[in-house]
Amino acid sequence: MTIKEITEIIDGKVICCEERLSTYVEYAFSSDLMSDVLTIEQENLVLITGLANLQTIRTSEMSDINCIIFARDKKIGEEMVSLAKENNMILVESPHSVFHISGELYKAGIKSIY
Amino acid sequence: MQFRHKISGGDFAKAGNVASAVKKILHQLNINHSVSKRIVIALYEGEVNVVAHAYSGIIEVNIDEEKIETKITDKGPGISDIEEAMKEGYSTATPQVREMGFGAGMGLSNMKKNSDSMKISSVPGEGTIVELVTYIKPNAG
Repeated sequence: MTIKEITEIIDGKVICCEERLSTYVEYAFSSDLMSDVLTIEQENLVLITGLANLQTIRTSEMSDINCIIFARDKKIGEEMVSLAKENNMILVESPHSVFHISGELYKAGIKSIY
Repeated sequence: MQFRHKISGGDFAKAGNVASAVKKILHQLNINHSVSKRIVIALYEGEVNVVAHAYSGIIEVNIDEEKIETKITDKGPGISDIEEAMKEGYSTATPQVREMGFGAGMGLSNMKKNSDSMKISSVPGEGTIVELVTYIKPNAG
């Protein structure tokens, strides 16, 4: 599924790197615990999280995650956007909860890692 | 190729700057992606540890044709029981560190998983040294 399709399913608002929306992803991982994200070997995934700070972006950079969905309209700071742009990372805001987003994407065929 | 970076304890805005710089260098050197990812993850975990627990630290990275050696030296409270600290789930992290998405007691074991060898030495009240080696060619070690 493309990230564009994902954003439509979750009523997402794209904050940056719109030009990469045709990127195809197969997996998703939902976590607020960055330590857990850092143990994932799988690539080609989106991160669904309620944790909005600079380390969310840094962790995704290290883990080669190229799309982050922030649940419940968490505030994405300017520094976060600038770091995401530097790493060609798509940031998406969704009004829905982590549970809701995860459920919708699972239903649409996005795979779970574990 | 060698480089050395300083890290400030408590400065979460900059945590990851060194790992990010190393990631770019490894990419330029055309190091195998999975090897590079292991190094970068281990280094980032180490960097976050220094920021979370120590007053200051130095990261030294030494790259040769065979391997990448990383030495993280910090001035800080040290680790009194390294065996205990290596156990998953053991953490002395502050609430501030947990708010950043860390402090679950998974960092050291993830560093071990992402390196071919890891040595820790520590003097309580003075600081900790973590040395990591990752071989560039699989099975070379």
